[in-house]
Amino acid sequence: MVTDLKVNSIKQKDYRSNSLWRLTLRRIFRQRSAIFGMTLLGFLILIAIFAEVIAPYDPIQPLIGIENVSKREGPCIHLFGCPKDRPQHLMGVDGNVRDQFSRVLYGSRYSLYVGFTTVSFAILVGTILGAVSGYFGGWWDNIIMRLMDVLMAFPSLLLAITIVSVLGPGLENALLAIAIVAIPVYARVVRASVLSVKEQAYVSASLALGGSHFHILLRRILPNAIPPLIVQGTLGIGTAILDAAALSFLGLGAQPPTPEWGTMLGTERNQVFTAPHLVFFPGAAIMITVLAFNLLGDGLRDAIDPRLTHQK
Amino acid sequence: MIAYTIRRLLLAIPVMVGILVVTFTLSRLIPGDPCKAMLGEKATAEVCDRFRTQYGLDKPIPVQLGIYMGNILKGDFGMSIRFSRPVTIILIERLPTTIELGLTSLMIAVLVGIPAGILSAVKRNSIIDVITMVGANIGVSMPVYWLGLILAYVFALLLKDTPFWLPPTGRLSAGVVSVPFYQVLGWDFPKESLRFHIVEFISNLYILNSLITRDWTVLKDAVQHLILPSIALSTIPLAIIARMTRSSMLEVLKQDYIRAARAKGLLRRTVIFKHAFRNALLPIVTIIGIQVGTLFAGAVLTETIFGLAGVGRILFEAITARDFPIIQAFTVVIAAGYVIANLIVDLSYVFIDPRIRLE
Repeated sequence: MVTDLKVNSIKQKDYRSNSLWRLTLRRIFRQRSAIFGMTLLGFLILIAIFAEVIAPYDPIQPLIGIENVSKREGPCIHLFGCPKDRPQHLMGVDGNVRDQFSRVLYGSRYSLYVGFTTVSFAILVGTILGAVSGYFGGWWDNIIMRLMDVLMAFPSLLLAITIVSVLGPGLENALLAIAIVAIPVYARVVRASVLSVKEQAYVSASLALGGSHFHILLRRILPNAIPPLIVQGTLGIGTAILDAAALSFLGLGAQPPTPEWGTMLGTERNQVFTAPHLVFFPGAAIMITVLAFNLLGDGLRDAIDPRLTHQK
Repeated sequence: MIAYTIRRLLLAIPVMVGILVVTFTLSRLIPGDPCKAMLGEKATAEVCDRFRTQYGLDKPIPVQLGIYMGNILKGDFGMSIRFSRPVTIILIERLPTTIELGLTSLMIAVLVGIPAGILSAVKRNSIIDVITMVGANIGVSMPVYWLGLILAYVFALLLKDTPFWLPPTGRLSAGVVSVPFYQVLGWDFPKESLRFHIVEFISNLYILNSLITRDWTVLKDAVQHLILPSIALSTIPLAIIARMTRSSMLEVLKQDYIRAARAKGLLRRTVIFKHAFRNALLPIVTIIGIQVGTLFAGAVLTETIFGLAGVGRILFEAITARDFPIIQAFTVVIAAGYVIANLIVDLSYVFIDPRIRLE
């Protein structure tokens, strides 16, 4: 009786610690960088959702006739000794007499939108290509992977610039360009996962039981690719945000007066010597957002990658 | 090894041809008429017809591609539509700027990144490690052009009257002229010859040129102009190299032979550099090769910020101006740079790890 109880409790304990998700979650929460990244990201998402409530001014409407401020005025913060009778502008006023702080807040919406949409699209297409390539092999594999090689043998930003030139400048086209450029990475990740499990006995078993190729790919093989895809995707969002901002900076992405950080930097970049605040804040915002995704991605990788289990 | 090199170069040909076909097709898909872009909206149909015949744009695209490929084999990249000059000449003028910028940045990234990574791994979990890794994380998250602008603001404006002042734009100050070394040495070549193109190319590498001619004023000026853009361009590769060095070193440092080496009384320094670092070097070198692509992409932005007439900026301008010959030629050059960099990396494996045999 007593022995039975013992066995039971041991079984239960083993079961708990072996649950993959629980284990992974626990490992994620043990990563300081992941927690920091997640907090930062949560904060940014809140800003993006509540931009209307937080922002003191309209991001697009100039303040001409509303307030007595001149263009490119520096920050005025009451807490730091700016006279109380002057309107408060935490990050100053931009070249079109708009409140920079409000514009930076609204910018978070564009960045998060860019990050999530491009990476989702790239993962979707990359998964299909990688799965077909890895599962069917042969000619499919050769054609798809050589095409991916051509895409990869090319600095991603330059390729994105070329694609945007074909499609015409604009935020939507920039998104498409960045997504296309990102596809090869995900195609490779998925292909590698598919190849690693394709010959396993359980896949053959599923095939013997009469499972269709589609069923086997979707149900038996692709779930293996999810962890590396999550890690790669999180890190990819950071890159996508950086690239989108760069395109906007060059005038190929979001167009003024959109409060997109890259666009804001691009329009005011010649003013860096006279109004540095207009350059500093949007860039810092890009950096913080990308940093959040990178920290989270690194943390996820350390938590998910089984080879790293015994480190740290 | 020579056979391996040749085979690798041959294998690169299909990739290069692929890139050529992709950029050729893409650049032809760019909406807008190069004739109207060049000669203005008022150009008559007749003038435009002549323009198209002159640049071979009247033929079907596959035929254009065929002619173009044939010409490239002869070393002829065609005429730039925008500048009405041979693309080869423009390459000779522009490529050295980017090579100088890229190599300096790579040097900074390697010389700072590797020691930082080693230090971080050896003093794991110390304050140095934390600072280095936080720095590396910020480094990869920073927009290159933003850092460039901030650096320009700090060094060109805030430090204006100090010895730390650095120029924010251009390759040389106004009034400073880099005299080509072949003129100083009194060499003379016919203008169109291949040898002339080669020495001209070398003389456009200002730092190398001023070292040959021993013109220290030009050297100082050229180096001063290169510091800020190189720092801006080097941040991302630096951060990535530092992180890779750290994780690779950590992997090696926990091996038994490291403990054995320490146990037999070898100096800590000897163990770290001779036993650990040598074995940790392989993935680091691989990642350095991959950074060459990052450098080219970053060059577009860095050159725009710092007013440098290099490959990145001209490529960006050519894309917006629909200057097809320039787009194609410079894309191929960039791709070739990438292929060569990765080949050098693969060849260096043999020297790093004698167990590796290239087949």
